[in-house]
Amino acid sequence: MDMKRHYYEDVELFKTNTALALTVLFLAALASIPFLVGDYALYVLNLIAIHAIVAIGLNILVGYTGQISLGHAGFFAIGAYSCILLMVKAGLPFVLALPAAGLIAAFFGFLLGLPSLRLEGPYLAIATLGFGMAVTQMIGHSDFTGGHMGIHAPKMSFLGFIADTGPRQYGVIMIVAVVLTLAAVNLMKTRVGRAFVAIRDSEIAAEAMGINISWYKTLAFAVSAFYTGVAGALMAFALEHVSAGSFNLILSITFLAMIIVGGLGSVMGSILGAALLTYLQLKLQIIQEAPLIGPFLIEISKRYFTTEGLPNIQSIVFGAIMIGIVVFEPLGVHGIYLRCKRYWRMWPF
Amino acid sequence: MNFFFDLVIGGLSIGACYALVALAMVIIYKTSEVPNFAQGEMAMISTFVAYSLMNTYNLGFWPTAGITLLFALVLGMILEVAFLRPAKDPSILGLIVITLGAEMILYGLAGWKWGANQNPFPVPFSEYSGISPGGVMITEINLWTFVTSLVLMLLLFLFFRFTKLGVAMKAVQQNHFAAKAMGIPTRRVLSFTWGLSSVTGAVAGMLIAPISTLDPNMMLDPMLKGFAGAVLGGMTSLPGAALGGYLLGLIENFFGGYVSLEFKSVVAFGVIVLILCVKPSGLFVRHFERKV
Repeated sequence: MDMKRHYYEDVELFKTNTALALTVLFLAALASIPFLVGDYALYVLNLIAIHAIVAIGLNILVGYTGQISLGHAGFFAIGAYSCILLMVKAGLPFVLALPAAGLIAAFFGFLLGLPSLRLEGPYLAIATLGFGMAVTQMIGHSDFTGGHMGIHAPKMSFLGFIADTGPRQYGVIMIVAVVLTLAAVNLMKTRVGRAFVAIRDSEIAAEAMGINISWYKTLAFAVSAFYTGVAGALMAFALEHVSAGSFNLILSITFLAMIIVGGLGSVMGSILGAALLTYLQLKLQIIQEAPLIGPFLIEISKRYFTTEGLPNIQSIVFGAIMIGIVVFEPLGVHGIYLRCKRYWRMWPF
Repeated sequence: MNFFFDLVIGGLSIGACYALVALAMVIIYKTSEVPNFAQGEMAMISTFVAYSLMNTYNLGFWPTAGITLLFALVLGMILEVAFLRPAKDPSILGLIVITLGAEMILYGLAGWKWGANQNPFPVPFSEYSGISPGGVMITEINLWTFVTSLVLMLLLFLFFRFTKLGVAMKAVQQNHFAAKAMGIPTRRVLSFTWGLSSVTGAVAGMLIAPISTLDPNMMLDPMLKGFAGAVLGGMTSLPGAALGGYLLGLIENFFGGYVSLEFKSVVAFGVIVLILCVKPSGLFVRHFERKV
């Protein structure tokens, strides 16, 4: 471990040249992927990128600021719907509608943050959960938003560039994801990010140090909602159609599972968790086609369960993973990574 | 005026179900200090077991109910032992995640075993006929729901007041270490708390199944409303939680009757958020300010 001699060494975005080189390499790999793989793989990567944005946003709130939210599906829905409605009904171009959707979600996050100032633990959980349910119900029952049937998303386009093919869509989504990720990493190194962490570690101590708890807590909600809203808007374009029913409690729990699996309080963990669970989700939906396990599960299903209910195995696996992580590795995948890193650095001791 | 009383009856009837779920949550919250999100799915699985007993093994309603409650007791205890106990020194978020995980597992199991079909749940009380004092219709099922919930609450009250196990539970709730020092087997008491809560939830499930339909999503809404009711009344008080459940049922039904049926289930959560702004620990509990 190097000694830090200057404040700016602590807030640097890239600690070492190796980290910088690896990041550049990773970005280059992301940029070259559309030339190498097919449309389905790009679709999967899009989903992963979108979920990673949500996970980073949720992690800012849960992992860094120490609040609980079970209502992020609500922000996701707000982002998706407001982006589409702004484009279709107000005629805004995509470049403006996307940040606007994020800001609208952030505004709702700010509103939700206000009552949450006085709440903690289970009370906060039910308040956020209620918010998420309420948003879905409102959208599902309102004619303006297309009711239960949902609405179709237009194509992403700006300045004559229309993202109608897989690689183009991938480009737009990935650029937004990378920008937001870097912004989150940076944010956590600023005064604001440190205030979040201080609130998580001890609210009273943070207040004694002169941190404005009310302001920073609502800000955490707003920032988190902004990320989720932008991701929701992107999701609307990736799926081309949104309906209120899909933004349910299970989705909120899945978002939470992503950051739990990836690791609380870590941007890299959020990305890893999102990638892992999104991939797993897609694979588990078609588990009966998997080699070895598939026929075995079908046999079991025929004997003891029902075959048409087999996709439900996804919930079982997710639940088991969530419990397993909390019991065995509370820091998630990021914790495992940290332990490996330390082990190799100290090797052979 | 009759419309008003109809709304009262309906509200009290659904409120009774919410109150039972709220009680089940509070029983666990007071000992384990975690809002049990798996409560609804525990009740749903128990109700499915009752359904299978009646349909596949052709048992009568009452023996089925008995076996189901026994199953619920065992299920609750198993969940505590298998999921909650292995976690070493978990945070509140960790505990919430464990119960959410348990919820997902139970939901998946029920979907795998019974499919997503909506099954009818037969009970020996009619949904259409009943007594009608003064022109207000009270169906048999409403009556049974209401009476069962009251009886169960009375039993719980007596249990916590007069039995050795009930007093031991209260002791564990108040001070874990002192209870241990007094020779109470706290771990066993803790898992029995989960069993008791699961039984309360299973009763709620069997009362809700006939008025809605029996499918894996059945308990999602009642669980959230029960939870909301518990929060409304205060998560640390059994009578408060029950009152909160009834109150929520009434508010919801009045809103549905007089204002808008469409947004009926939204209003519950709106009310919760508003009330929590004013009284952060619920209506019937004194707010406890955390010290350094």
